[in-house]
Amino acid sequence: MIRYIISLAIGLLLGTAAASALLFYNPLAAQNPLSPLSVSDKEIISLNYSAVTADAIVYTNDGESRSRPHPVKVQQLWEAPIRQTDVLVTVLSDSRSNPVGIGIKFMSDSERTRLINGEALIDSAWHIHLPGRGSLFVEQTENYWNFLRQIVLPAYWSSGDSWKGTWLGNTTVGPGSLGTALVSGGTGTFAGLKSEAVEAISARAYSVEQGPVSMDGSLTIEVVGRDDSQETEVAAQ
Amino acid sequence: MFKTLIFGFLLGIVGTIATVYYLPVVDLHREPSVIMVAPNGGNVETFHVNVPMDRIMVGAPDQSEPVPPGLDWPADEIFAGVRAELFKIRNSRDSVIGVASRVAAKSVEFGDSIEWVLHLPARGSFYVSMPPQSFDGVSRVGQMNIGTREFQPLHGSVSERWVENTENEDEDAPVGRIEIVTTFVGVFSDDDAAGDLSGKDVEGES
Repeated sequence: MIRYIISLAIGLLLGTAAASALLFYNPLAAQNPLSPLSVSDKEIISLNYSAVTADAIVYTNDGESRSRPHPVKVQQLWEAPIRQTDVLVTVLSDSRSNPVGIGIKFMSDSERTRLINGEALIDSAWHIHLPGRGSLFVEQTENYWNFLRQIVLPAYWSSGDSWKGTWLGNTTVGPGSLGTALVSGGTGTFAGLKSEAVEAISARAYSVEQGPVSMDGSLTIEVVGRDDSQETEVAAQ
Repeated sequence: MFKTLIFGFLLGIVGTIATVYYLPVVDLHREPSVIMVAPNGGNVETFHVNVPMDRIMVGAPDQSEPVPPGLDWPADEIFAGVRAELFKIRNSRDSVIGVASRVAAKSVEFGDSIEWVLHLPARGSFYVSMPPQSFDGVSRVGQMNIGTREFQPLHGSVSERWVENTENEDEDAPVGRIEIVTTFVGVFSDDDAAGDLSGKDVEGES
C-alpha cells in the first residue's frame, strides 16, 4: 500500500513539475512583438525615465514588495483597495537626456491576469505634464510575463540572487487593437489629441533584494493630430 | 505500481493546469460605490482627501518642509511653474479607495491649468482638466477628458473645493478636506437608441 502512495506522490510531483515547465516555456505565450509605432511615419515623442525606484522623485507601494518605497518616509499604500497598486513619480527626459516633464504612473495588478496564457497583466495610467507643451493621459494594459520569466525568475534561481544582462521589451499590450496604449491630450498643444503609445523597458541588472538595479523605461507617443470632433461638439453646445 | 505513477503524473498535470486556470491570481478588494442619482440626470459621486493625512507628495520648487520628508524635487527651471501632488482618495464613507494626482501648472502661452487623475484600482481611472478660476468663489469645475474601464463610457463634470474642518477639533483630526464631486452620464449610443425605438432588448436579439 505504501508503495502505491509513494508512486502516486512521485507521479503527482513529476506531473506538477511537467505542467509548470509547460506553462513556463509555453510556446503559445505572447512573445515580444515589434512595436507598431516603430514603423510609423507620424511625429513621435519619446519620453525616457529611470525605472530604478531610488532614482524616482517618489515611488510608493504597499511597503512589502521587492521594490522599496522612495523616499523612505513616503506614505505607503497599505489600505486593502490600493494594496496592489504602485505609484511612480519621475522626471521624463527626451532622447538627448534633457528633462522635459513630470510623469506620474499608477500601476495596479489586473484581475484579467491569466498565467496559463502567459499574461501577468497590469492596468496602468500615466499622467504626464510637459511644461511649455501641455499635458497627456496614457491608458494602457501591460504584460510583465516576459519580464518575470526572463529576468525576475532567473534572478531567484541565480546563486547571487541577481540577474545581469541586456533585456529590451515592450510591455504595452493594449487596449489599442494593435497592442498599443491610448493617449488623450488635456492641455496646451496636446488639447484634444487622441493617439497611441507604446512603453518599453530596457533592463541591465535586477536584484531579488532591491528589485530593478539598472533599468530604464521609455514611452513612445505618436502625435497623430487633434480630435476635432470634441471641439466641434463643444462649439455646438 | 507503474500505473499508479502514470496516474499521479497525469493528475499532477491536470491539477496544476486546472489550478492555474481557475484560481484567480489577482483579486482586488472592492468597496461598495456610493452613488446618488441627480434630479436632472447623471450619477453623482463624492470623493475626498483628508488633509494632511492623505497627502502622499507635494512636489513644488523651494519647499521648506517637503512632503514626504527627503523629497528631492527637480531644480530645473522648466519645473518652476509646476506643482504636482499625490493623494489617497476616500469615498463618502471615509474609506480609502484609490490614489490621485493633481497637477497645477502655470503657462504664459496656454494659460494656467489644473488637472486631476483619479485611479481607483478596482474600477478604472479618469482624467479631468479644470480652469484655475473658481466657478462660484468656492468650487472649480472641470470636465472629464477621458475615463478607463468603468469610466470609459461616461462623460461629465468634476468639481473640487476646499472644505475646512470646523466641527472636529481633535488633535488627530484633519485640517480640512479637498472634496471632489463627479457628475457623470453614460453616452447614448446608436445601439441603445435602436433598442428603445423597437421596444426590444437589443442584446437579446443578437
